[in-house]
Amino acid sequence: MRIAAKGLTYVYNPKSSFATQALKGVDLTIEEGEFFGIIGHTGSGKSTFVQHLNALIRLTGGELKVGEYDLADKKCKVLELRSKVGMVFQYPEYQLFAETVKKDVAFGLKNFRKGISAEETEAAVREALSVAGLLYDEVAERSPFELSGGQRRRVAIAGVIVTKPEVLILDEPAAGLDPLGKKELMELLHAIHGQWCKTIVIVSHDMDEIAENCTRAAVFSEGKVAFCGTPKELFSRGEELAAMGLDVPVTARCAQILRENGIELDTDFTCGDFIGKVLALYRGDGAPAPCAGGEQEPAAARAEREEGAPALREGGEDAQ
Amino acid sequence: MLNDVTFGQYYPAKSFVHNMDPRMKLLLVIAYIVAIFIANNFFGLLLVTFVLLFFILLARVPFGRVLRSIKMILFLIVFTAVLNLLFYTGGENDIVLAKWWIITISWQSIINTVFLAMRLLLLVLGTALLTLTTTPVALTDGIESLLKPLKYIKVPVHELALVMSIALRFIPTLMEETNRIVAAQKARGANFETGGIFRRAKAMIPVLIPLLVSAFRRAEDLGDAMDARCYSGAKGRTKYKKLTFTWRDLLGFLFFAALITGIVFLNIYLLGRFDIIWQVQEWFGA
Ligand SMILES: Nc1ncnc2c1ncn2[C@@H]1O[C@H](COP(=O)(O)OP(=O)(O)O)[C@@H](O)[C@H]1O
Ligand SMILES: [Mg+2]
Repeated sequence: MRIAAKGLTYVYNPKSSFATQALKGVDLTIEEGEFFGIIGHTGSGKSTFVQHLNALIRLTGGELKVGEYDLADKKCKVLELRSKVGMVFQYPEYQLFAETVKKDVAFGLKNFRKGISAEETEAAVREALSVAGLLYDEVAERSPFELSGGQRRRVAIAGVIVTKPEVLILDEPAAGLDPLGKKELMELLHAIHGQWCKTIVIVSHDMDEIAENCTRAAVFSEGKVAFCGTPKELFSRGEELAAMGLDVPVTARCAQILRENGIELDTDFTCGDFIGKVLALYRGDGAPAPCAGGEQEPAAARAEREEGAPALREGGEDAQ
Repeated sequence: MLNDVTFGQYYPAKSFVHNMDPRMKLLLVIAYIVAIFIANNFFGLLLVTFVLLFFILLARVPFGRVLRSIKMILFLIVFTAVLNLLFYTGGENDIVLAKWWIITISWQSIINTVFLAMRLLLLVLGTALLTLTTTPVALTDGIESLLKPLKYIKVPVHELALVMSIALRFIPTLMEETNRIVAAQKARGANFETGGIFRRAKAMIPVLIPLLVSAFRRAEDLGDAMDARCYSGAKGRTKYKKLTFTWRDLLGFLFFAALITGIVFLNIYLLGRFDIIWQVQEWFGA
């Protein structure tokens, strides 16, 4: 489903002294099949925007179309839309309530598909749990409250993807996870992306995450989309991002340091690509490296090439 | 769905009333309530109304804001008023205007209804003015201070006040949490808007359980945080904001003393000499 927002505005508590204009005209199109990132400062309206996508916040200004659903239409079939646009909130583990994991995961399924048979439910729950990286036989009958934090989050995600939504939205899904947990979560999302959920939209603070995973990303700033494009386009404008109080990925910072030393790298800022380009440079395949002591390095690199990639790290340390 | 509930309706402004000591304001509100209830005629209530209007002006709170507080209990006022109108029957010299089955409408009941509704309205508006001009924190501070004598009969006043301020502090937090959980369950297809009362109550379970769990978690965290900062109850604890009476409180006190005197005077003076019921009946030629 294609998501198209035009001039989207939203005010919290209108007509009161607490009125906050959270969205001030958002224009954004997310194509089907994208792994789309949304970044922005806290309070820039990211959560407000994504909650519009499955009508948790009803449209009050502007236009929004999600697939064939026109959110401006009062008669828009909200329940149907919500079954097709899944939403994982920040800290989703706090929404678990049922006495067993199985029942909790089945909650959405039973709401969206009234009268679904027990066998069908079990099969769907089993599949969703396994996609979320949990073993059905191990957790299905347990209380969600006795699981670990990471497991609970997986259960919560399973509870959303169980209905196989076409679009999956995740609002800061990695918040509060350790680095390994974040990595596993991203792997999970990549596993879901494609067959299970055609489009994935992820709200994130982690620029490395965006650079690594997203096809495109939008930067929200003060209730508007300040910029939208591929990570490559996005992170080559480091100064503008800094002005909005945002960071750039490590690779972009490294590229900046290289640029200050007169080396221009054409990278898309994923670690793989960046290291590849640097390696090529280091080995002398690319442009000559005009660093201090540059005469010795290509030789050292050539010597190390036979030993394979792991030698890179030692070589790097030597260079410092 | 809970967005319209604004709890703690404090209206920030700088005014005579805002600057009064919360203890005095509490005492004056009690005096005000007493005044409403000892007033047994319309002139007394009229006097109270003037005092209320005067204080609203003094507090620089827009009339609309004060009136909004009625919304919540408008139903209650209408309900009691209607009951009173239909089922109250006065004494022998009461004039019955309409009678049907067990329902009677008489002059007495009309007068009574107006009187009762006026009392309730004044009550709500006056207490609303208190919460509009006093922050919840100041209010609990005031209550704690006023109840201090109870310490001598082993009532844990400080702890009770603390519980109250924590409760006040967490209402917005839990409200926000509720909104979030409601949204999350709605995203999973939960339906809170339609169905009978039983179905709706059942639909709340997926909201109430996570909310309860999170409330307990927060309580534990808060307890730990207080322990970590060596909180040990009222013993040896000093106040960051000391309450002090000022000339404003003296003025307020004198004003209310005058009000009560006035009402008592009106009660005694008008008793049996002039009754508005007769007057109204005369006007309408009944
Ligand atoms: N439930 C709410 N009530 C009132 N204001 C809100 C609410 N949720 C968000 N806001 C305000 O709307 C603005 C945008 O918030 P949000 O969409 O949550 O931003 P983000 O997710 O980018 O941090 C902020 O200024 C925030 O204070
Ligand atoms: Mg947010």
